[in-house]
Amino acid sequence: MAQTLSEYESKLLLGQAGISIPDERLVNTPDEAAAAARALDCPVALKLCGRGIAHKTERGLVRLGLQKEADVVAAATALLAERIADDGDAGILVAPMVTGRRELIAGMLRDPQFGPCVMLGLGGIFTEALNDAVFAVAPLQPLDAEDLIAALAHSQLLGPFRGEPAVDRKELVQILETLGQIGVERPDIRSIDINPLILCDGHPVVVDALVELEDAVG
Amino acid sequence: MSGIVDRFHPLFYPRGIILTGVSSHPGKFGAVTFHNLLRFGYQGELFPINRDGAEILGHATYKTISEVPEGRADLAFICTPSKLNEELLRDCAKRGVRAAFVASAGYGEADEAGKASEGRLVELANELGIVLAGPNGQGLVSTAVSMCAQIAPPYPPPGPISMASQSGNIGASFMNYGVLSGVGFSKGVSCGNSAQLELADYLEYYAADPDTTVSLAYMEGVEDGRRFLEVARAHTAEKPLVVVRGGATELGKRAASSHTGALASNERIFAGACRQAGITRVETVEEAYEIAATFARQPLPRGPRTLVFTVAGGWGVLTADACHRAGLNLIPIPEDLCDQIDRMVPSRWSRSNPIDLAGGETRDTIPEVLDLMARHPNVDAIIYLGIGIQAAQGNAFESGPFHPDYGLDRIAEFHQRQDRRYALAAAEASAQHRKPILIASDLLHTDRDYGNTGPLGVKESGRIAYPSGHRAVRALARMVAYSRYRENRRS
Repeated sequence: MAQTLSEYESKLLLGQAGISIPDERLVNTPDEAAAAARALDCPVALKLCGRGIAHKTERGLVRLGLQKEADVVAAATALLAERIADDGDAGILVAPMVTGRRELIAGMLRDPQFGPCVMLGLGGIFTEALNDAVFAVAPLQPLDAEDLIAALAHSQLLGPFRGEPAVDRKELVQILETLGQIGVERPDIRSIDINPLILCDGHPVVVDALVELEDAVG
Repeated sequence: MSGIVDRFHPLFYPRGIILTGVSSHPGKFGAVTFHNLLRFGYQGELFPINRDGAEILGHATYKTISEVPEGRADLAFICTPSKLNEELLRDCAKRGVRAAFVASAGYGEADEAGKASEGRLVELANELGIVLAGPNGQGLVSTAVSMCAQIAPPYPPPGPISMASQSGNIGASFMNYGVLSGVGFSKGVSCGNSAQLELADYLEYYAADPDTTVSLAYMEGVEDGRRFLEVARAHTAEKPLVVVRGGATELGKRAASSHTGALASNERIFAGACRQAGITRVETVEEAYEIAATFARQPLPRGPRTLVFTVAGGWGVLTADACHRAGLNLIPIPEDLCDQIDRMVPSRWSRSNPIDLAGGETRDTIPEVLDLMARHPNVDAIIYLGIGIQAAQGNAFESGPFHPDYGLDRIAEFHQRQDRRYALAAAEASAQHRKPILIASDLLHTDRDYGNTGPLGVKESGRIAYPSGHRAVRALARMVAYSRYRENRRS
């Protein structure tokens, strides 16, 4: 069973590699959660965060759009009560609410023939139905990321859309190229999921991330 | 780069060939290959080895390799049972052989013992400094030395396409299209088991080979994806690479804990690598050949601005639709070009793109109109439809009961002459102005028995004619895409 980093650690790793990460706080108590929410300005989202927790939504471990401090405290208390033994050392991640109509998915994986590859796809609730995902072998060379974006079957969704501006291509390109770079430089990482990558006023924001490590040798 | 050219030289430009296993039975592979080399006029010396030293196809043979004069054979073509081949390879090396094509089966494709013997063969070849193609391959072709070293035909006409195939019969099919259309091959090789040389090696060589203008490959597996990508990238920076991949529809979904892994498939990742490497990837063998032959003989378009020139109205409309769908830019006819054509033909012509002269072509205006279109700075490419219609009438006159009376001989001859002239004029304008002019006509097929001078003229000009406007559009669109890739990566 592959080891996964927690959401917080995953984002930390992406941040250190140069991908812009939202300002988020990892806390351990409802009071700390309330303080973090004050610092970040409501509304916020709360998520139970630990190495063993991969499917937060399915388990109801995400609370969105919390407007008031009392709501934050109540949500944090409830989430902490949901912890099970397998979750390991779980805390609560307090994050600013990110809203946008368009959700992408981006990632890195290792292919047995081609080695580290970068993926870009349409995410959100239609991911399976649209099944629109494209790959490129890492490291990405100049124009590879642009071509990847253009290769999506529904790439027009990345243009101006229902009052929201077109995606900031430079930022998206930088995320894709950095994912490829991590793939090349960090053989200890088996895969990365950024899901969802929400377009917020055209800026791609890493809302959730999961880094999977290779099994330790020996 | 010259290192690789030197390394492959004895394989594709051998001064002489030793053939092992040339049986007196004309059905056996050794004898068939010996026949095919003679039949298609191999320019070097042949040293057939026959256990009994029997005379075969009227030629003396050698009982053993040691009887072959030293330094005269560069290539060994090996058809003998696998258990003999290591010793034979050593003997060949002593006579100065530096390359081998092993057609024999019974190696890695057969069983574990075969796998082991394949490994030994490669080790030996490496030790002897021999480049080794196969084993279990159909053969190789090199038209510069008229070499059809294959256990089966075809032998295509000479030309600028070079081919490597992981399937012998798909490779043969590529070359069969060359036989049919006339745009020929420089080299062709069936990779067989790819024990030492693999597809990427041939492609690396073709990229450096001055006799190759475009490469054509059929592949199923990718051993080392990263090397393939690197070789393909370097190739397309110089010349186009057309690839058909078999087994691409497999879902190839993996058991994956990540979303990224769940969305991945071998096909998606291969498609990505092709995109990154600027590979012209196509689905079918005929499309692959057609596009390779287009790259081989047409100048690369500088952009997508296309004019459709038609003497067949409906085809003009359909081809215009196809241009739109393929992302070609069907430009409005430039005003100055419009004025120029106005002065040449009656005013009923279309005055728009597609350009339909509406009968004005009978004033013998086509060569000049083609030149004007190709010359225009806002035009990147031209598709010319309806060639051969005049000649088809000529053929109908000529083959009918009234010919040669009633003046039919003269008019038949005139029609036939004109369509040939148009085909040659198109090629000339294309070459002079460095812009592709693709000619499509269904008469390529329907009037073939009578030898329609339109499509035949296209063949005479060294190019291929397309059987429909759609096929021409498809080929042109791939050229535009490759041209754009080259242009973007260069800047």
